Amino acid sequence: MSQSIGALSDHLPLPSEGALAVETYGIGKRFGDLIALANASVKIAAGSVHALLGENGAGKSTLVKCIMGYYRPDDGSVMVDGHEVAITTPRHAHALGLGMVYQHFTLVPHMTVLENMVMARADVPPVINWREERKRFDEFLATMPFTVPLDAPVSTLAAGEKQKAEILKQLYLKSRFLILDEPTSVLTPNEADEILGMIRDMAHAGRITVLIITHKFREVMAFADEVSVLRRGKLVGGGAVAGLTPDAMARMMVGDQEIRGMDGRKASAAGAVCLEMRNLEVDDDEGYKAVDGVSLAVRAGEIVGIAGVSGNGQSELVQVLGGQREATAGEMRVHGEPYHARRSEMLRHKVSMLPEEPLRNACVGRMSVADNMAFRRFDQPPYASGPWLHHGAFRRAARELIARYRVKTSSPDAPIATLSGGNVQRAVLARELSGDVDVLVAANPVFGLDFAAVADIHAQIMAARNRGAAVLLVSEDLDELLELADRIVVIFNGKLVYEAPTHQADLTEIGRRMAGH
Amino acid sequence: MTSELIAGDAAADDRPAVIPAESVIRRDAIGRAAEAVVIPLGALIVSLLLFGVFVAFAGINPLDLYSAMVLGSFGSWFSVQNTLTLASPLVLTALCTALPAQAGLMVIGGEGAFVIGGLAAIAVGLPLSTAAPPALVQLGMAIAGMAAGGAWIAFAGALRHWRGVNETISTLLLTYIGIAVLNHMVEGVMRDPASLNKPATHALPNADMIGNIPGMDVHMGLIYGLIFCVIAYILFFHTTFGFAARMVGGNPRAARLAGLAVGRIVMIVTTLAGAAGGLAGMVEVAAVQGRASATLAAGYGYTGILVAFIARQNPLAVIPVAILFGGINASGGLLQRRLDLPDASVLVLQGIIFVVILASETLFGRFKIFRPKEN
Repeated sequence: MSQSIGALSDHLPLPSEGALAVETYGIGKRFGDLIALANASVKIAAGSVHALLGENGAGKSTLVKCIMGYYRPDDGSVMVDGHEVAITTPRHAHALGLGMVYQHFTLVPHMTVLENMVMARADVPPVINWREERKRFDEFLATMPFTVPLDAPVSTLAAGEKQKAEILKQLYLKSRFLILDEPTSVLTPNEADEILGMIRDMAHAGRITVLIITHKFREVMAFADEVSVLRRGKLVGGGAVAGLTPDAMARMMVGDQEIRGMDGRKASAAGAVCLEMRNLEVDDDEGYKAVDGVSLAVRAGEIVGIAGVSGNGQSELVQVLGGQREATAGEMRVHGEPYHARRSEMLRHKVSMLPEEPLRNACVGRMSVADNMAFRRFDQPPYASGPWLHHGAFRRAARELIARYRVKTSSPDAPIATLSGGNVQRAVLARELSGDVDVLVAANPVFGLDFAAVADIHAQIMAARNRGAAVLLVSEDLDELLELADRIVVIFNGKLVYEAPTHQADLTEIGRRMAGH
Repeated sequence: MTSELIAGDAAADDRPAVIPAESVIRRDAIGRAAEAVVIPLGALIVSLLLFGVFVAFAGINPLDLYSAMVLGSFGSWFSVQNTLTLASPLVLTALCTALPAQAGLMVIGGEGAFVIGGLAAIAVGLPLSTAAPPALVQLGMAIAGMAAGGAWIAFAGALRHWRGVNETISTLLLTYIGIAVLNHMVEGVMRDPASLNKPATHALPNADMIGNIPGMDVHMGLIYGLIFCVIAYILFFHTTFGFAARMVGGNPRAARLAGLAVGRIVMIVTTLAGAAGGLAGMVEVAAVQGRASATLAAGYGYTGILVAFIARQNPLAVIPVAILFGGINASGGLLQRRLDLPDASVLVLQGIIFVVILASETLFGRFKIFRPKEN
């Protein structure tokens, strides 16, 4: 490490090895009027795995960013191994031995793992002695419980291996306090268990301390020692995981907020085939085949779930169904008629889409909430007569939808980009589901949303199914699929590789197929 | 963390009622409208102050400068008419940038559409003038100018949609081609042999020229521009086509998801935009110069880009901004005579305004005064 960092360690009498204890004391952070964090005190014991639970916007990332030196807290202090430190920059945090693994990978995809590791060093020499570097890294790897292929370009690694490489990078940089931000969101269940298990073992061996940001109770129960729960910027609960149940944690996370219950699954014989894909082939942006001969039929009144690790052709498939991309071969049919995702066809067949990242895929950010809610029907009465728009009708319809779908906005005229993620998603949901729906295609519809929004949206999807819509649900969250889908298929490398009714589905088998075995 | 359990916060959920109150909505709308006027006006004032600093370095009292500018642009009936005349081409060339911008395209080739439109107008007007009454000659010239300009910019739109060619680059380069075509024609087959050191086409008979607005020394071309602006505004903000075009402009992915035919919309909008630029060229030929020559490429197309940006690409806002720029240009002569500033110093002011207005875009949404309190 560089000299400045050596100097820092000089006046901070920290041990240079082993797990660090970190404590925040009364941290507060405001952004303008918004209180992001108030009086948050969290104590993370050395050598433990500590989980940070909370809904979106509860203040988890603000707290972590205060620890990592991205934000200066307005009140309170951070203590590392019992010494109060004012962490001013991320570089300073690294020098103290604090490291973070981000939700999205930060490795350079076309460089090898070794190159990435060397590049990440704070003191890369102008001329790199690769033999020396390899020797150093090999020695380091020998002390680690897991390894990764050093000479493979990162882009060829599976998600689990990339995650391991990210963690190794932090350990190589001598991080002794490791923050993992939703570390398993891109992993298959087996990969997640493997990685979290190894992390926990390292912590319990006293080598590192781990803080995991997550919303998955299963992982908290299985791998964390202690938990802290944030809600609306305040610490509202926590303690030893052994003394808590998932229900208790959920109550802390959500508070007394009323969660809309989901209609039960109405038992019904599946109806006629509504949406059909036959040997569909689609290229991605680079011209590689992303969807490779997919044939699938979805019947009225059923939810078919497509499981898979992201990047296996799901986005391209959804884009073709939504008219955002052209298929290169094969055909789509709705109600038995050929379908090309034209506006007239969407209207006639009552096709609705809930694409992922709604602000990017389904909204015009600078247009108003009312305008955005009218995208499906703006050229139909009452929104228009002939070529003429009736702005009053836009606003009236929007006001009704805003109330019915609980969209929080200052006005129907506010640009939709000013709304929070959950409210953008609710606005899109209002547009797509308020009319009759025969076919619904949803892709990761609750990604990044808070509890109440997730429950709302799941209830809406189930209600659409119960009303007789054919629903295709693409999700990277297996729990979501198990909860909602009547039938699950697995996509790998653009091909459907597994299919089973949900009640007969074998979770281990699904996990293996998702990983391509 | 200690192992005892901290009780869950029992405070009632204070998620606000989701239906915004009527009064909030109204205040919100007023705030938004006020913001859209106050920020550009503020930017304009800042620009004038900066220009004052600029001329102060040339040893001129900024107050003298401002009074000369007011005098030269709006100080007398004569200068007002001069201002309106100079604003007239800008109204149309600004639309050539503003309309595609509504559909998400950055077209800067108004100058090209302008010269091609002017050339096509004279090419049709000269043979027509021997055979048809003036009204028909002017109609024919207008149609020819709009068709040529429309095809010119639509070509860039087609390249963009079907070949992925950046429309900003293609329209810029098309402008060079357009000027070259103009020079080729006026120095070649269309040249009036009598035009000796300044090659030009034959002149349109005076009787066929576009006349003045009754009671004013301003040609009717200004009215054409105003009508085009109003029609464009209605088209873009009060029809289903305009709504679809703005969806394409804001987010083509969302437009496709709604099943819109993006290519068709791009073609229609670029054709309209080019038609506006072409009509401006036709007016320049049929109301001002009477013939086509190299002087057609006088930069109206480029100034139109500035006007469109300052009008925030709104077809109605183009009108006052074009008049403002007409005024700035009109005052150039007086600055030269009175204050001994070079004629081109008004270009400096235009440049300052452009930069300051672009910078002020980042201020939208920053001032709380324009936002009602959420209750």
